[in-house]
Amino acid sequence: MKCVTCRGPAIIDIRRHNSNFCAEHFIEQCHRQVRKAIEEFEMFGPDDKLLVAVSGGKDSLAIWDLLVDLGYEADGLYIGLGIGDYSDTSLDHARAYAHSRDLRLIEVDVPSTFGFDIPNGSRAAKRVPCSACGLSKRHLFDEEAIKGGYDVLITGHNLDDEAAVLFGNTLHWHTEYLGRQLPVLPARDGFPRKVKPLVRLAERETAAYCIVKGIDYLVDECPMAAGNKHLSYKNALNEIEAMSPGAKHSFYFGFLDRAAAFFEVEASIDREGLGACASCGAPTTSEICAFCRLVDRAGGQLPERTGVSAVSVDLGPTRTGSVQ
Amino acid sequence: MQVKVRLHNPRRDLEIEGPITIINLLARLDLNREAVLVVRDGELVPGDESLSDDDSIEIRPVISGGAL
Repeated sequence: MKCVTCRGPAIIDIRRHNSNFCAEHFIEQCHRQVRKAIEEFEMFGPDDKLLVAVSGGKDSLAIWDLLVDLGYEADGLYIGLGIGDYSDTSLDHARAYAHSRDLRLIEVDVPSTFGFDIPNGSRAAKRVPCSACGLSKRHLFDEEAIKGGYDVLITGHNLDDEAAVLFGNTLHWHTEYLGRQLPVLPARDGFPRKVKPLVRLAERETAAYCIVKGIDYLVDECPMAAGNKHLSYKNALNEIEAMSPGAKHSFYFGFLDRAAAFFEVEASIDREGLGACASCGAPTTSEICAFCRLVDRAGGQLPERTGVSAVSVDLGPTRTGSVQ
Repeated sequence: MQVKVRLHNPRRDLEIEGPITIINLLARLDLNREAVLVVRDGELVPGDESLSDDDSIEIRPVISGGAL
């Protein structure tokens, strides 16, 4: 395999681009794709104050690194979810990366701040773990971004994430979610602007980026996620991708170009009637927001830590990470 | 000596007779090339490279995702 740019020995093939790259030109390719996403979708400018949601995994560390490489100043935000050793290790990776690049990492620990962890709190609140986890992260991302005066909240959603969510929402015709599955969600009513600059990179590429750049990320999957629908959708799409390179890109970007606008009305109806949560002030359609209800039901659920074993969960409707 | 192969989720080690190319190794293990990367001594190994009996590699999954 030879690099498409310099004809030197390649280290990776990207079949949807019908291209192979050496390490140097693969990094250039990643820079190019992220820069293109930022510009094409007008995600943010050089003067915006950026906050990156960081998990210690490949995607969040890759986008933080890419943004710094491209000359942006961005702080990181880590949410500790109390998922046994998995959370401890993920925090170690996030801190190590921030330290290595002399970057600011804001940390919010759910167990010590709100009195529950995801494994036990989700059980007490009768929610599946991924639902309680996603709800908590979205709420705390929004809250910290607003509190810190950040212009933009950046998440590490990649092409595979977006294609899998689109696949799930299309499979079940969750039309209210389809209208807001966009790379940019504008700020409004107490929600920060949210953007996904990795949408032009597949997760195989974000993992490769970290390996090539020597970024030590958490490889192991969250033990709570085993068996969830999102992963099964990704596997299904990768089977299609293997037979038809470029299928995921065509599916997602074709949706953005030719279909997303048809669902705008339903998405806007779903957003109507927002008020302030009586408890925390966050935007909500109820008197008390979903996160405060979770805290109320799950608070105090902190039994002895005995580690977390893999469990099979049902995600229900497939939500995007940027649901507002 | 055989090619030493480390797999994840769950973590386990295998030994495979070499020489064998990465593409053929992944096919033998029924792994989708879109879902993994092959790493040797911290560096990516391209699909057409042939592994010999003294190689030790890691097949790293790239799919992640729970709560989005």
